[in-house]
Amino acid sequence: MTMIGDRQQLAYIASQAADARVNVELETEGMTLNIGPQHPATHGTLRIIARLDGEQVLWAEPSCGYMHRGYEKLTEVRTFPQVTALVNRIDWLGSFANEVPFILAAEQLMEIEAPPRAQWIRTILFELSRIANVSLFLGDLGVQLGAITPVFFAFRDREYVLNLIEGATGGRFHPNFDRIGGLKDDLPAGWIDETRAVMKKMRKFCDEIENLLFGNEIFESRTRGIGVIPRDVALQYGMSGANLRASGVDWDLRRDQSLPMAWDKVDWKVWTHNDGDSYARCWVRLQETRESTYIVERLLDTMPSGPVMTKVPRIIKVPEGEAWISTENPLGEMGYYVVSKGDLGPFRVKIRSASFNNISIVPWLLKGVYVPDIITILASLYFILGDIDR
Amino acid sequence: MAKVPGLFKGLGVTFGTMVETITKGANTVQYPHAKEAPPVRARGVIALHEGNCTSCMLCVRSCPDWCIYIEGHKELAPPRRAGGKPRAVNKLDRFDIDYALCMYCGICVEVCPFDALFWSPEYEYSEPRIADLLHDKAKLGEWMETVPAAPELEVGADKKGKK
Amino acid sequence: MYALLSSIPYWGETLLRLLGGAVAVLLPAGTIVYLFLFKMMSFMQSRLGPMEAGPYGSMQLFAEVGKWLQKEDLLPERADSFVFKIAPLIVLASTFLLVAVVPFGPDAWFTNFEAGVFYALAVSSVSVLGILMAGWSSANKYSLLGGLRAAGQLIAYELPMILAVVGVVIQAGSMNLQNIVVAQNAGSIFGWDGLGNPYLLTQFVGFLIFMIAVQAELTQTPFDMPIAESELVSGYMTEYSGFRFLMFFIGEFATAGVFAFIASVLFLGGWGVPFSWFGWTGINDVDNWMNIGGPLIMLTKMLGLVFIIMWVRFSYPRFREDQLQRFAWKVLIPVSLVNIMATSVLKVAF
Repeated sequence: MTMIGDRQQLAYIASQAADARVNVELETEGMTLNIGPQHPATHGTLRIIARLDGEQVLWAEPSCGYMHRGYEKLTEVRTFPQVTALVNRIDWLGSFANEVPFILAAEQLMEIEAPPRAQWIRTILFELSRIANVSLFLGDLGVQLGAITPVFFAFRDREYVLNLIEGATGGRFHPNFDRIGGLKDDLPAGWIDETRAVMKKMRKFCDEIENLLFGNEIFESRTRGIGVIPRDVALQYGMSGANLRASGVDWDLRRDQSLPMAWDKVDWKVWTHNDGDSYARCWVRLQETRESTYIVERLLDTMPSGPVMTKVPRIIKVPEGEAWISTENPLGEMGYYVVSKGDLGPFRVKIRSASFNNISIVPWLLKGVYVPDIITILASLYFILGDIDR
Repeated sequence: MAKVPGLFKGLGVTFGTMVETITKGANTVQYPHAKEAPPVRARGVIALHEGNCTSCMLCVRSCPDWCIYIEGHKELAPPRRAGGKPRAVNKLDRFDIDYALCMYCGICVEVCPFDALFWSPEYEYSEPRIADLLHDKAKLGEWMETVPAAPELEVGADKKGKK
Repeated sequence: MYALLSSIPYWGETLLRLLGGAVAVLLPAGTIVYLFLFKMMSFMQSRLGPMEAGPYGSMQLFAEVGKWLQKEDLLPERADSFVFKIAPLIVLASTFLLVAVVPFGPDAWFTNFEAGVFYALAVSSVSVLGILMAGWSSANKYSLLGGLRAAGQLIAYELPMILAVVGVVIQAGSMNLQNIVVAQNAGSIFGWDGLGNPYLLTQFVGFLIFMIAVQAELTQTPFDMPIAESELVSGYMTEYSGFRFLMFFIGEFATAGVFAFIASVLFLGGWGVPFSWFGWTGINDVDNWMNIGGPLIMLTKMLGLVFIIMWVRFSYPRFREDQLQRFAWKVLIPVSLVNIMATSVLKVAF
């Protein structure tokens, strides 16, 4: 059965392919390959329509929206405490990091600030969710390239980080631990020592992945020089996060803006790479995971004592106003533009999620590559479907 | 980096892991035979202390996806002291949580002003049919036994805080 | 074998050979799947693998086969049904034809071809036909891409494989696999015959090329683009289910076993032990117990080689199609040609 919408799309594809056919001497017909929405390499339900000549991509376009859950609308009919439970699910691998910018925006509107200890714990959990998120990327990268072992290592070691998050917050995937004005609770006893041990394990995991994957000549030949994004193109497409840093842009919101978080209280390094190819993007993420373990350790060393919650009214009404807060999430810049009319819930929330902007470069990037490189490039761009479709 | 070592290093990692698994045991747990203990704070299932519930409906209203169903009526209880007036108490008729809808966010437990709802780390309550995940107050009451005491807090925490 | 078989009629002998062939294909395939695919892969990924079916999951394979047999035999609507159905049979048939020339002992062989090496290499390319048929008839773009990749790859790697074997043939002076085994075990290294003369030592370059080509021929991981589950879903096998998928599956691992058998015959001395250990000088001196011991020695050598194949499979990412072709035509074939020249010069010199 062909739906009418599909027919229109097919006509569009045919017209695009006709343009690409100009330089082909022998008139051959290309093949439209529909990658997804159900395909093992699309991390969910991303659909990529690719026009192929043999194995070469003439034209490709991502088609998203298969998992649209309407969070921006849902937030309009929820109260502020309820929204954090929802926004957890946007980037489901680094869910704690999704709560933070929203809560910060609400706090900015209410003109309160979390106590220092809460800021520290928030930053630690933020970095832990980054480690959990990116370590899965490092394993998944192997699977996309045909190596099956790294993903098992990733699941094995990510489990330790998830156990930490669960031990502190109660939720493995969806902590919902952030509250306006602080945190739900303090850390349980023994958590800090456990975290230090896990951070050592995660550094060992990074070494293992580096030996297994990054040092492998086959991996290098598959990723070096593939999917190169020059610095200016990356900026034009509004990319963010490790994808941008891999193109040589030294830009990290953790360092570059001042938020009531604890990143500026410790020393750490922003990793960049000048190549802008798939290898650079993967390499930057690996280094950032390792750097995050150091950030967590240094934050644990300097953690202040005190309460984790300021005085807030029992029923939270956010005063009228607008606030925009974005943070450097595992996938890139994630921000919330919160408009409040003084009610229990927000009037409007605009969610800027990193993956949507990061994959908008895909049609530009996939032109002329081979089919196997589609997978490598998509893997190295690293998106999460929930983050694209929201 | 030299041409060959990269390939051999990868082989070394997998071989090393194999030796480690054979000698030290695997990282996995053979689930039905061995179980991992979830953390004390783990949000496994919501348990109900029926005696504390006054059917005030706060949890129902604060639930982000409205999966709690409460019905109750007022009843006259015998007076506390002999000769006193009979008291009006809220009697709980129905307290159902639809775990097929529940997002395990914990807001209901937090807003409950009478300490009637608790988190239990219990997780083995899957059902073959999705409708069977609607649990009534008798079932929720059974889970009260599995509720652990709140954990000690980490060094430097403000001990005065509530539970 | 003639002494043993002279008393039973011709049909009985044929039956015995068919049975032996089935055992020689299925037993290694089962062993490889259990030992390497289930257990070794799991250990390398720090997990235990199947543990429930039988002690340490040893009966898991039977459970899997039972599961596949129960599944519906799906046929895509626009598939070419005859070609679609016959393709897995052709892939499996190539494996059975291949095992026919492998000698397992002084008398334990199925056929004793004079041109055994030639036959084995010719028959091994029959599976390409089956894969191409499967890819084309599935009426699926992924299958088509997978089938075409497989055809390109298998043809590209057939050549270095043949050229690698030529070195062995020159050194042994025979294309008969049995003679190659005898030549290795009866030989000596500069007069020292404690190890015989396994061609692994003299033909090390040939062995490496042969194993790389085998890896590609078997479509194992650094060269698994025809299947490439993250790109082409499952390549030419995408549309297959149930029994027909099982045939592909058996074909994949049985062929791994058979190629390892051939590699052990060509480079590791096959079924034999160095003849000097027992004072034998030729094939006629070999004791009769080698007809039992030989297959076991072969099995051990085969498992050792398959371990390497699988180890590489579980550790490496895969090449891209054009890189694979470049590697075959620009590296492997020139190197194997140089190897042949060197071998012939040395053969004439000594």
